[in-house]
Amino acid sequence: MTEERGDLDIPDAVADLLKGYAPHKGVADELMRRDGTLREVWKPLMELLARQSPDALAARFASGDQYLHDTGVYFRQLQGQSSAERDWPLSHIPVMIDAKEWETLSEGIAQRADLLEKIMADLYGEGTLVKNRVLPADLVARNPEWLRPLVGTKPRSGHFLHFLAFEIGRSPDGSWFVLGDRTQAPSGAGFALENRMASGRVFKELYQDANVERLATFFRRFRDALHGLRGSEEEGRVGILTPGQHTDTYYEHAYIARYLGYMLLETGDLKVENDQLMVRTIKGPVPVSVLWRRLDSRFADPLELDESSALGTPGMVSAVRSGAIDMVNCLGSGVLEARALMAFMPRISQALTGERLKLPNIATWWCGQKAERAYVTQNLDRMLIGPALATKLPFDIEATTARGGKFREGARQSVNEWLEREGASLVGQEAVTLSTTPAMIDGHLVPRPMVVRVFAARTPEGWTVMPGGYARIGRTEDPTALGMQSGGSVADVWVVSDEEVKPETLAAETPGPFIRRQPGLLPARAADNLYWLGRYVERAESSVRLLRAYHKRLQHYGSDTLPLVETIAAHLSKIALNPGDPLPPGLLHHFALARDCAANVRDRFSTDGWNALSDLAATAQDLADQVHRGEDTVRAMSVLLRKLGGFSGLVHDNMFRFNGWRFLTMGRAVERADQIASLLAAFADPAGPPGGYELAVEVGDSVMTHRRRYSVESNRNTVIDLLALDPDNPRAILFQVEALHDEEQRLARDTRHVRRGMASRPILQLRTALEVATPEEITTQRLIGIRGEIAAISDAISTQYFS
Amino acid sequence: MLYDIRLEITYGYANPAQASRSLLRMLPRSMPGQQLLSGSVDTDPAPSWRRDRPDFWGNPMTEVAHDMKHDRIRFLFSGRVNRTAPARSLDVSVPLRRLPAEVAGTFSIAPGAPHHFLGPSPRVPAEPEIAAFARDCVSGDVSTLDAIRAVAHRLYEEFDFDPTATEVTTKTITAFRNRRGVCQDISHVTIAALRALGIPAGYVSGFLRTTPPPGRPRLEGADAMHAWVMAWTGPETGWIQVDPTNDIDAGNDHVTVATGRDYSDVAPIRGALRSSGGHSTLHSVDMIPVGEAPGP
Repeated sequence: MTEERGDLDIPDAVADLLKGYAPHKGVADELMRRDGTLREVWKPLMELLARQSPDALAARFASGDQYLHDTGVYFRQLQGQSSAERDWPLSHIPVMIDAKEWETLSEGIAQRADLLEKIMADLYGEGTLVKNRVLPADLVARNPEWLRPLVGTKPRSGHFLHFLAFEIGRSPDGSWFVLGDRTQAPSGAGFALENRMASGRVFKELYQDANVERLATFFRRFRDALHGLRGSEEEGRVGILTPGQHTDTYYEHAYIARYLGYMLLETGDLKVENDQLMVRTIKGPVPVSVLWRRLDSRFADPLELDESSALGTPGMVSAVRSGAIDMVNCLGSGVLEARALMAFMPRISQALTGERLKLPNIATWWCGQKAERAYVTQNLDRMLIGPALATKLPFDIEATTARGGKFREGARQSVNEWLEREGASLVGQEAVTLSTTPAMIDGHLVPRPMVVRVFAARTPEGWTVMPGGYARIGRTEDPTALGMQSGGSVADVWVVSDEEVKPETLAAETPGPFIRRQPGLLPARAADNLYWLGRYVERAESSVRLLRAYHKRLQHYGSDTLPLVETIAAHLSKIALNPGDPLPPGLLHHFALARDCAANVRDRFSTDGWNALSDLAATAQDLADQVHRGEDTVRAMSVLLRKLGGFSGLVHDNMFRFNGWRFLTMGRAVERADQIASLLAAFADPAGPPGGYELAVEVGDSVMTHRRRYSVESNRNTVIDLLALDPDNPRAILFQVEALHDEEQRLARDTRHVRRGMASRPILQLRTALEVATPEEITTQRLIGIRGEIAAISDAISTQYFS
Repeated sequence: MLYDIRLEITYGYANPAQASRSLLRMLPRSMPGQQLLSGSVDTDPAPSWRRDRPDFWGNPMTEVAHDMKHDRIRFLFSGRVNRTAPARSLDVSVPLRRLPAEVAGTFSIAPGAPHHFLGPSPRVPAEPEIAAFARDCVSGDVSTLDAIRAVAHRLYEEFDFDPTATEVTTKTITAFRNRRGVCQDISHVTIAALRALGIPAGYVSGFLRTTPPPGRPRLEGADAMHAWVMAWTGPETGWIQVDPTNDIDAGNDHVTVATGRDYSDVAPIRGALRSSGGHSTLHSVDMIPVGEAPGP
């Protein structure tokens, strides 16, 4: 493969590349000036593109996609009631913006951020904007995001807003304007980092040489600012609050948590003790003093906010009001996202600061006012009309949006009547034209509409603006198809400077001797999920072994000739594995549960481990649709066993021995001990059918050892000794109880838990009992008793570490 | 009138709760025509943490946390209230057709501002059916007060007071369609109807005297906490209170505890507990005029 075509005449090649690229009339284009010439800032990228053969270019794009795939970047696409994970839709051509232009833009962003802070303080404070008739009372009182329980709150840090995003677009005259202020819990900053990692790979040499401003600087400043809010670590930790794995941007929450080294928390991890917000960890409750909130405000506290919220933490509002916690951003900040507020921004700016807005927003008219309503009515053809208090962008057209005087979904009524009757709940927004930027589609550069999402973070020195990182590109020329949910894509934005840019990473050089950082705290919920991940994977494995043994015998003897086959079938039914199915739904359920547990702790799980587990669940599902009973199933089970072995290998050879790993291991040990006890109780019973001992040894994966040690014949004692009492056989109960004991001891030592001893006592009792037992004593009755003790141990682990 | 009032609500849990946190609005607020002379809100067992502060609307609110294993909590208010309802005076309320302009001419988002009480609220969403019913209740150029009384009267006529028909979580529209329910349902429907007419309307929780004065019938809703409606009649005349369950204006027999947009703003107890299994509630009220012996 030739990487470059060195013999090329570059200007000609660029001209060739751009031959078909035709921006629309009356639309600004990022790449080309109005006269069709190339903007300076794009030249190096176009020259690089022009030098690529189609294969070389495809290889470059693939390297970016491969990166995104390997790191597991995804977003959730909503389809009616359900949703599914989708690959990250990267448009490989970054948007190029000159650093000087970006600087001017940043000044406008910072001014707007300061203004939003002042508005927030007024709406949750004196209410002068309404009193002085700058802002209609209705727009506040009817705004569902204006949270009355927060009125009167004085934020601990003195500020309500710390992290904002702005959707901006470029108008035909080349100037920027704001389409939407994202103040609730803006997403995308983590995706911007991933865009950058991918685009930096696709155009590696260019990225290194082209003075592209780095994103890491922004994150370092923001992290320092969060640490400043927090104070010392003893006063409290910093956490990121996520609604959980079913939210569309969960990947990003987990990614940012990992990147910045913060705990990823769900409301179930948190509780309010007196006024203090605490996170439940395996060491007991630990204070949290800064929460980067990715959950919408009204779900945060079922006591004072939405009472139907299952996601909330009771007392959260109280903790915010009392100044025990700083929230990024403060609860209630969603009030600033209402479209109708846009109509009043210029006046509000004058009223609160006496300044003109450096960065205007999309022209907006609130139809609750007579003159404004009349204006909208007279200019219907260039208006988007929609709900005044909606927080979506004007282009996110809904059923209740009229565009150019028409409803999207047929004429419900005349738009004029609608405006007359419901004017107070409507706004008109100018149907602006967005600029276009090149996207590579089917090997050709074509202009596509775009909006840029700009992130701003508060630091002690004022707002800092992330240099680029995130643009949304339309799938077609229609600007309403910008959203990823409607098939749009995402591109990196490169802010290119004339001056040299220093590469930077998040890790700052620390002077002084090396200090080994201790791994962070483990939230109890994460530990719980890891423990059950261990249990479900092991449960799946023992089910697979049992099913394999069953189908082997089925194949040899048929279903009704051998009592043992019937006994296995009965046992399978008892543990919810229908023997009639090759891959019973019960087995698929174990895989699904394991995957769910892992999905809940994506921030603590390696990508390889996650991929292996996803692959297992997918393979099981595929096989379930294909295989037939008997030999086919035996083969399928062997495939699954190999993959399970692969996953275990990853976990046990590669995973760092942090406390989370110990829970995973303990879960496995508990489950395996229990499964073997159950197996022996069912098949090593003296009254059981012939062939039971062999089956137990086979399912217990100890055929070779057994044969070597007891070559004469197998009897109950040899089987019990090998599978229950042998401290060197990883498939023996005692071996697993010892493993459990060792891991729990390390945990107990490390956590110095207040409820210490709760788990270790019953483990030690069972271990000692097994160490001194003889095979004769391990009757079926005793095995059932052992299962009871194992269940009690599992409960004790839950109570000590997870509650 | 002087009243000695006692409210007791007991929660029992099938499985003991490990911890609970509750928000109580059980202490009657002081306001024109009503003063709390003495009294307090307490719980048994005593809470492990507590704070008293007013909520947004100015209602006294108590936050309590019980960080202990418990299978029952008793919440108790007892106290003395002086109620001096103003005599019914001439109707000087704004004509209904002028009310929207009066609302628009009020530049405030303070708790008493009418704007809070016009839009949908958690328990009272906009319901076209109720709006149509409301328009049917009034005709001609009426005063706002007349419109309020007309709606309340019509609902009183059509509704059957029936404690078995609804629960605390019943939707307003369901109660409206069945024309059955208790004071909470009738109040919510009245609020929805008034808002549809452009009249700012809110929810009042409170007490009704337990035994009527001699010769007068016992009112519905006296043996538990009662609910009625407040409505805004213009910038001069302000808020008035009507009791649609009994088709009367709220007067000396009514003692307000808390006011808000609907039940969700004023529920006597909002609680979240960590416990599985069901729970049961006992609820009793006594409101005895001082100097009279308690009823049988």
